[in-house]
Amino acid sequence: MPILEGQDVTKHFGGLAAVSHVDFHVDQGEIVGLIGPNGAGKTTLFNLISAAFPISSGEMRFKGHKLNGLKPHQICKLGVSRTFQETKVFANISVLQNVLVGAFFGTPTRVSAADAAREASQALEFVGLTAMSALPTKDLTMVNQKRTEVARALATKPELLLLDELMAGLTPAEVSEAMELVTRIRDKGISVFMVEHVMKAIIGICGRIIVLHHGEKIAEGTPQEITANKTVIEIYLGEETHAGS
Amino acid sequence: MDKATVVWVIGSGLLNGGVYALAAMGLSVQYGVARVLNLSHGEFIMVAAWLTFTFYTGSGINPLASAAITAPLFLGIGFLLHRTIFTTLKKRAPTPAAFEGNSLLVAFGLLYVVQNTALLIWGGQPRAYFWLTSGVDIWGVRFTLNNVIALAVAVALGVAFYVFVNRSRLGKAIRAAAQDPATAGLMGININLVLPLCFGLGALLAGIAGVLLSMCYPISTYMGMGYTVIALIVVALGGLGSIPGSFIGGFILGIIGSIVVQFESALSMVAFYALLMILLVVRPKGILGKT
Amino acid sequence: MDISKFTSKKFLLVAGLVLAILVFLVTFPTYGSNSEVGIWVTILMYIILTVSWVIFSGTTGYMSLAVAAFFGIGMYTAAFLYPKSGPLLPLPAVIIMGGLVSFVFALLTGLVTLRLKGMYFAIFTFGFSVLLYHLMVYYELQIIGYRGQRLTPITNVTAFYILLIIMVLTLLAAYLIRRSRLGLAMQSIGESEDAAAHMGVNTTMVKVITFAISAFFMGAAGAALAPKWEYIDPSVAFNTFYSFMPVLMAVFGGMRELYGPVIGAAIFAYTERSLRLRFPYYYMLSFGIALILIIIYLPGGLTGLVPTLKDKLGGVIARLRKGGQSERHANT
Repeated sequence: MPILEGQDVTKHFGGLAAVSHVDFHVDQGEIVGLIGPNGAGKTTLFNLISAAFPISSGEMRFKGHKLNGLKPHQICKLGVSRTFQETKVFANISVLQNVLVGAFFGTPTRVSAADAAREASQALEFVGLTAMSALPTKDLTMVNQKRTEVARALATKPELLLLDELMAGLTPAEVSEAMELVTRIRDKGISVFMVEHVMKAIIGICGRIIVLHHGEKIAEGTPQEITANKTVIEIYLGEETHAGS
Repeated sequence: MDKATVVWVIGSGLLNGGVYALAAMGLSVQYGVARVLNLSHGEFIMVAAWLTFTFYTGSGINPLASAAITAPLFLGIGFLLHRTIFTTLKKRAPTPAAFEGNSLLVAFGLLYVVQNTALLIWGGQPRAYFWLTSGVDIWGVRFTLNNVIALAVAVALGVAFYVFVNRSRLGKAIRAAAQDPATAGLMGININLVLPLCFGLGALLAGIAGVLLSMCYPISTYMGMGYTVIALIVVALGGLGSIPGSFIGGFILGIIGSIVVQFESALSMVAFYALLMILLVVRPKGILGKT
Repeated sequence: MDISKFTSKKFLLVAGLVLAILVFLVTFPTYGSNSEVGIWVTILMYIILTVSWVIFSGTTGYMSLAVAAFFGIGMYTAAFLYPKSGPLLPLPAVIIMGGLVSFVFALLTGLVTLRLKGMYFAIFTFGFSVLLYHLMVYYELQIIGYRGQRLTPITNVTAFYILLIIMVLTLLAAYLIRRSRLGLAMQSIGESEDAAAHMGVNTTMVKVITFAISAFFMGAAGAALAPKWEYIDPSVAFNTFYSFMPVLMAVFGGMRELYGPVIGAAIFAYTERSLRLRFPYYYMLSFGIALILIIIYLPGGLTGLVPTLKDKLGGVIARLRKGGQSERHANT
């Protein structure tokens, strides 16, 4: 049952089509990967879903709600949350306060301070940041800042989580930890749509993969199908792959 | 409106437009390259006007001749100002947004400094001088010779500046620095010279605008802000960083202003500020975004 | 409720200090001379303007230059409701109306402009202040035929107490907002507006409401000062100086802690009072120089120096303590 679907999604910047007539869907309980070379339009697609900028044409629906024309905060309250490629933590406030923002404002109904605090500490525990919750976020390592972003997104009680290059810059050990975290998120009942370059992660945890190239969808299938797909292999020849890193 | 009025409106509109065009080109080059939105721009125009006045009434030097002193002086002052104040600001600013905000405040500080220095030197009363006031008949309407000369100089300077930026080697360096200062630096362009130079060029254009202005209208120490606002409007209309855009936009606004004055002169400043605010809301990319 | 927070040494110290200052201020008019009370009126005015400016611009990072606009709107509201020919409303109502009219103006302009980022917003708010000046000049000269408005006068002492109340309310509002979820939302906007929006913060609403709240206090202050000055005109009411002063005072005093703007405002108000009337050009000239120097060299403000000083002081104390301990150990 699709929780998120898009038809003929297109985005123009001036004369350039960053995303071109893409059909996609994420089913409930899935972890779907979105891959493609740099500039393929992956983050742009995420930005369209989360309404960071408006769609040029096409339609997107989340749980049946049309997403076109909504603002980012409305989409969050519907149940879609995300992390960002360049981590956008609230640097000068504490980790806890970062997550509290999500807890207070991410839900459609008003929450009490006590409920928000509880939600926030649960999210922090889930990602393993409880010990650092009082620290100013700018003092954290990049890995922990990414964890903060995930906790913050989780505090908004999403049903769908968009992860934008969560594993970028992580060591192999950290990648494995992150893979386990994403799997635990799915096991909690949250569907995941993730943009990634780290092949080990994509192949390891995604049930289905969508491949973009120059803004168009060129392949879709299970990890086995995708890794065997001639076209996909071709476009990645010459691109640095992280398979088996 | 009869024909004479139309000629008058267009003529005075073009005359004002020439000054606006120079002012706008100056502001455009300062923000487009040096990334400083110099809101004290109008004060430089005012000071140049006063200097020309003093040269003429004090030493009998005619405006065009004293421009030979005023222009390089302003170029140098603009260069120094950027080299000292704004370069330091840039070094100390944590983000480009912080630099822009800080340089905005510093520009306002400059506004107070320049305006009050001028008040101390020249006082708050409007003054005027008269040079080449013999009449010239154009299509049945009497304009003064100084007006015609001012317009001619403004057009000539505008065209010359456009040619300079587009054809000369230095102009190429300026355009490269405007596109991408970091890369331009890597390609061997001395950013530490080009950025302050552009700020200086902006001040020079303001200076000439002031000289021309003083030939045609009374000078008041409080007139600076009005010209800054007008320059902002022109830049919003014409697109930032576009020299021809600022040039043509200046003349358009001059004519619009002339028409407004014809109908309700007391509302002209209101109209300009309202127009600025509307433009800011409707197309912010016009002023502060890249075209 | 966590009682221990209220009995900690730090809280009692701060509360005691605040109480002492309040007592001093409330009783001051009884033993201070009229001109001294007048100086305090100026100080209070600047504190109100600076703190209310910080309520919005300090956290969101949107530099508003509209203080003059809302201050002036409050003044002219008082001029229409409390004219020399006879007050139309009692004074407290006039003050509140001054705040409300500014609040409404801020709501409307905020809705229009708070979709703009940073610099555009600053220029727009500046333009707004000057536009109001020109509009009022036009209205007075062309429509009613004379410049300026006369009001029913109030004494220095009355103005003092009104401003004292407004100042306490402004500080209270600033404090409460900072600790509320609204304050958290504003901080998130200041840190990363995109992320805040994606976490469910209705950024436009948050900005508009906070902008309007801060305008309320500016308008109320204006409405209190106009009758004290007895005569206002557009150059007094919509003077852009009132837009830049709070920025300077907030930057000078520092915006991290709430007492920063208070200190900055107090220092500037005190110097301004004596210098500005006697040497207006020199005063404004040095104001411009101060603005430039402070932006370049003191971006964190005075209270930004406090952490550095605290560190240094803390280091000295720690070393003294260690020295004491080793002495004690030597003696056992």
